[in-house]
Amino acid sequence: MGYNCVVLIKQVPDTKRITGDVMNDDGTVKRSALPAIFNPEDLNALELALQIKDKFGGHITVLTMGLPAASAMLRDALYRGADEAILITDRRCAASDTLATSYILSCAVKKIDFDIALCGRQAIDGDTAQVGPQLAEKLGVTQITYIEELTELEGRTITARRNIGNGWQQVKATLPVLLTVTGDANEPRVAAAKKMMKHKSALSPIEVEQKIRTENPDAGEVEIKELAELKCSKLIEKGLLMKQWDLDAVEADLNWCGQSGSPTKVHRIQSVVLAAKETRQIEPSEEGISGMIHELINDKVIA
Amino acid sequence: MANFYRDNNDIQFLFRHVDLATSAEICEEDFAFAGEFDHAPADAAEAIQNYEMVLDSLGELCGEFIAPRSESVDREGNVLNEDGTVTRAKGIAEAIEKLGQAEVMGFTLPHRFGGLNFPNLVYSMAIEILSRADAALMNIFGLQGIAETINAFASEEIKQKYLHDFSAGKVTGAMVLTEPDAGSDLQAVKLRAFQDDDGNWFLHGVKRFITNGCGQVLLVLARSEPDRSGGLGLSLFVCEPGPTVHIRRLEDKLGIHGSPTCEIFFDNTPCEIIGERQRGLVTYVMSLMNGARIGIAGQSMGIAEAAYRIARDYAATRKQFAVAIEKLPAVRKMLIDMKIDIEAGRALLYETSRVVDLELGYARRLETNPPEDKPELKQLKDNARKYKRAAAMLTPMSKYYCSEMCNRVTYDSIQVLGGSGYMRDYACERHARDARITTIYEGTSQLQVVAAVRGVCSGTAEKFMGELAQQDYDAEVKDLLEMLAEGTEKLKEAIAYVKEQGNEYMDLYGRPLVDIAIDLINGYLFCGQASTKVQMEVPVLDNGTANGKSIPMKERKAMLARRYITRNAPKIDAMVELVCAGDKSAFTDYEALVGPVPGE
Repeated sequence: MGYNCVVLIKQVPDTKRITGDVMNDDGTVKRSALPAIFNPEDLNALELALQIKDKFGGHITVLTMGLPAASAMLRDALYRGADEAILITDRRCAASDTLATSYILSCAVKKIDFDIALCGRQAIDGDTAQVGPQLAEKLGVTQITYIEELTELEGRTITARRNIGNGWQQVKATLPVLLTVTGDANEPRVAAAKKMMKHKSALSPIEVEQKIRTENPDAGEVEIKELAELKCSKLIEKGLLMKQWDLDAVEADLNWCGQSGSPTKVHRIQSVVLAAKETRQIEPSEEGISGMIHELINDKVIA
Repeated sequence: MANFYRDNNDIQFLFRHVDLATSAEICEEDFAFAGEFDHAPADAAEAIQNYEMVLDSLGELCGEFIAPRSESVDREGNVLNEDGTVTRAKGIAEAIEKLGQAEVMGFTLPHRFGGLNFPNLVYSMAIEILSRADAALMNIFGLQGIAETINAFASEEIKQKYLHDFSAGKVTGAMVLTEPDAGSDLQAVKLRAFQDDDGNWFLHGVKRFITNGCGQVLLVLARSEPDRSGGLGLSLFVCEPGPTVHIRRLEDKLGIHGSPTCEIFFDNTPCEIIGERQRGLVTYVMSLMNGARIGIAGQSMGIAEAAYRIARDYAATRKQFAVAIEKLPAVRKMLIDMKIDIEAGRALLYETSRVVDLELGYARRLETNPPEDKPELKQLKDNARKYKRAAAMLTPMSKYYCSEMCNRVTYDSIQVLGGSGYMRDYACERHARDARITTIYEGTSQLQVVAAVRGVCSGTAEKFMGELAQQDYDAEVKDLLEMLAEGTEKLKEAIAYVKEQGNEYMDLYGRPLVDIAIDLINGYLFCGQASTKVQMEVPVLDNGTANGKSIPMKERKAMLARRYITRNAPKIDAMVELVCAGDKSAFTDYEALVGPVPGE
């Protein structure tokens, strides 16, 4: 007997690479100027699901809501060992805040048979850590957040250790549950060779359509549709067509989606100017180093 | 994100420059597997795409996961427990698990056993990338030749029993060859193999210096013909650890601490024979050793690359006499030599691996699917013979050159760092310790020279260089090619002289002869790189920071070829002169020159 896992993942701009060049004048970040990556803690969530599958068996579905380009990240998840990938893409999702996002995701997850839903603790672009907990609420399942270690999984009971900031807490719960996973939980595996060799040609329907349009710039809409259908059916034969859902497919109430479903208001944007500041010479002695360390602790740069 | 494939522009350049398509075509037997296995490539372009994706992913694993653990692996080492089991260093155990998940433990095994069926050329790249992260781990990742030997020579039943597990990373293996009195001379192996009345085989005796002897699949060379001394009395067996396999001791070594070196006592251990009796050493172990030698060359490349990078970085940042020390001529020259020798080794190793792919591929085609057309068959046979000869010369050359080079580079890396390099604060001391074994195991440098010099003196080298000289080169390297042609003529003179003096003299001057041949071959390979069709820009760094300048790799390789070939030309002259001087004092005056054996 195995466990069915659904892993919620997000494609994010690589915020580690923020430099002056990618900032707008108003203090926001030019997302397109940064490489899009797999949100790091979502990789930890996927790794935890893979470890559960390695040990007990089961099926892993990865799900993301995003632009068609997020298909690349779904392929990455397939390379690492996910069994199935689903892209939720719909223009009407645009401008969704965490409330609307978790609503849309909950509609999708309800269509999937799962024992354990896993999310990264938080995404590095928004750093809210809200979507996982909100999703659990909307699904009506128990949530265990900030997981550092899955201690035990036996029958329908899960025990996990969660980080509570100044210590840890062991929590036992009955499945189904939603877990949010921290970066300390594990070290994600890399892509597996044979899975990569197979799934490198996997596409989502919207990618198929984009590809057909680029390859046939003069074709009319009807022809494009036909060609796309043909290509998709070929991919299905090989098990290489990723699933794609829009808001109708997940039966979402449009009032709760996108702009209209997003009550979050931006209060203020602080413009951060990245510039080199003064340098200081520290004496290469015990006192010099210890003085610097104390200063950094006082400034809360290091804990 | 550290990625040891992506951050190495020479490997990436060679990936595009060398002829991977032919290797792919031969390995995939004209892409016949695509219908049967959904991951098998349908054409050369797809195969090459697969190779690069896997190297990229392995590069990430090595940079992000394996390299950060290598220091603690070196400190921790392995522990022999009281119950005879071995506990590996934590970092090695974790890395083995990750390598299994990455599906790279059956790198060259056929698709039908769950392997990737990749060419040796790509495997050599992978071994270098991994060894740069942790040289000791290479002794597990890089010894996939054990599985390859089972694949090549064992019965279908044994293949089915073990090969799937190798590919899945569930088992690791060991080549159990060396004994206290049988090191370089494996013909002296004594460990006894005997049969009971039902024909079951058993092993009895002691093996020593067994790398990864605690692995789960042991290939054991043993004397199956008690009345027959020498190599023809030996057969190869496979067995698993169990109550009759006792690991008695782990060696306390200078380097590669993450790799357990075991002494094993086999106490009537049940085993199965690989292939036919009496072919153990002469056929199977020779083939196994050839693969392992290429593996050690790759390991040497990785260690040298790691050590060079530390020196390059240090020389750019360390200030003495108010300047970065790389401004000092003596340091500058050391770094250039290190870098050029690394790229020379890489060129030689990849060329060797390419030739081995062709050798194995043609041999396989001849055995399984010979063409009916007579001239075609003859062509295939000629090719098989040609590449077999070339591989038999190039394999020991690569092992010899890369391992000696790696020792020079790690030595100089410490030298560039000065006092700091001698301390354990920097990894170059570890690299130097790890490097030291590479000229010793899988055949010492001296034995590699003995193997290579036969090829040099039998005409194989001349033919091989003749073919290299016939290739298309750019006009810019014309004068360099002339220098290489002159060098080749001088080498011929030396060979003619040596042949008159006999075999003993040939072995005495084997090293300079092989050195000359390698210098010339590498010279041609560099000229080929300088004439490449690959368009690739490489950054020119200034004091460790990119100043925005870049030059075509082709241009850089032309500079490198020029420096390499002009630097070697006078050395070749001197070596030829030395060989032809006819000094036989090593034979005539040995006792007087070395003095008496030191007493108590």
